[in-house]
Amino acid sequence: MNLTLKVWRQKNAKAKGSFETFKVSDISSEMSFLEMFDVLNEKLINEGKEPIAFDHDCREGICGSCSMYVNGRPHGPWKHTTVCQLHMREYKDGDTITVEPWRANSFPVIKDLVTDRSAFDRIIQAGGYISVNTGNAVDANAIPIEKQKADDSFAAAACIGCGACVAACPNTSGMLFLSAKVSHLALLPQGDPERKKRAADMIHQHDSEGFGSCTNIGACEAECPKGISLENINRMNKEYMGSIFSGSKV
Amino acid sequence: MNWKTAFSTNIGKKLIMGATGIFLVIFLLVHCYINAQVFFNDGGARFNELAHFMGTNPVIRTVEIGLFVFLFWHAILGMRLYFKNKARRSVGYAVTARSQNSNWYSRSMAILGTLILLFLIIHLRNFWGPNRYSQTFGSGERDLFSDMAEHFSNIFVVLVYVAGCVALAWHLVHGFFSAFQTFGLATHRYKGIIKNVGIAFSIIIPLIFALMPLWFYAGAQGWFDMHPSVFMEHMAAAAQF
Repeated sequence: MNLTLKVWRQKNAKAKGSFETFKVSDISSEMSFLEMFDVLNEKLINEGKEPIAFDHDCREGICGSCSMYVNGRPHGPWKHTTVCQLHMREYKDGDTITVEPWRANSFPVIKDLVTDRSAFDRIIQAGGYISVNTGNAVDANAIPIEKQKADDSFAAAACIGCGACVAACPNTSGMLFLSAKVSHLALLPQGDPERKKRAADMIHQHDSEGFGSCTNIGACEAECPKGISLENINRMNKEYMGSIFSGSKV
Repeated sequence: MNWKTAFSTNIGKKLIMGATGIFLVIFLLVHCYINAQVFFNDGGARFNELAHFMGTNPVIRTVEIGLFVFLFWHAILGMRLYFKNKARRSVGYAVTARSQNSNWYSRSMAILGTLILLFLIIHLRNFWGPNRYSQTFGSGERDLFSDMAEHFSNIFVVLVYVAGCVALAWHLVHGFFSAFQTFGLATHRYKGIIKNVGIAFSIIIPLIFALMPLWFYAGAQGWFDMHPSVFMEHMAAAAQF
């Protein structure tokens, strides 16, 4: 099939970007969305032009690198699918596809479709961990964990930190990511000792990174490639209240 | 973390929005209960009795001050959050498909809230303002039932009130659930109940409010005293106009 692509091009973080239109031809419906970009980039390289920069790594939907805002939706139109797993059978011959980077002041564009998402790393560094003693690894099954809690924790831990929630949110809030990271530890006994401090510290870091405030719109949940539930935000709010209303100093 | 810091984070502010919102929801319930007394068609006897209590009881009058504080807090904080959040995406998207992932009313809380605030200015100017003025400087309490009958004989006033109730209904559909989510109460087990109770509340309360001006208007037009056939002729004439 033949397609028209309108892609955001931006030389570097400081440059002012704009859309550039490309025609791609002979695209197979079996290709993934990123493979279509590979075809286009090969053509651009052969023509001596600058290829389009975009983030990608595993290409099997688990690393959280790929990040394209396709026709107004993060990761494109498929539910619970990253853009690397979006396949060209979604499109028809003659379609025009607009591809933009994540738009958020906290995710500045580095080049073309690549954004700097290190703000998420700093949120994790602020408390998304548990403190353990060094030495032999503790037996993972030594502490019994309620099945439901283990499942909920696992579901929250499925977050790949791609930033689609921020990209989708009209408020540019990162709370779905934040809540998934707070939740998956708060639900487990291993995360319990530091839960109050963790919630407070991570939320402060989220705010100081300049992410917006959540108004429970739910666009994040609808667009999340891993199906992270809004219930995590509900849980994080509770964690935060536990943190600010507790007698202990956090 | 001191209290000031605790309530100035994104979630802290959200807690304030939720708490003031829930207070306003409770106010709506009381207001609706009292005003629904007009439907007894007793010339306003029951309604005016309760209105007198609400207008003179010192406890209620103190809560009234709190009501205004919470209302303005809710409104000002809400607007500030709206503009701050908008500023967090300096370069916007060229193409958006927001209807694919969220409801329009959830995204329109600021505009719906502004419409409600504009309505409230008109509403307070009609009833609360003149009554308190008369209580303080004039000849005592006003007959609010007669005031309602007078204001709602004007079709434009009726339309403004119905529009205000529509804005309120959509604001509540999102706001009611959202407040519970903010307090961490919308867990898996209760989420469905809260959502459904919220929708029922958002339909029933604004509907009862909207029926009040319509009811007075119908009364002023003498529709209740007409024979149904005369009423239909009346309607047919209005349709032709």
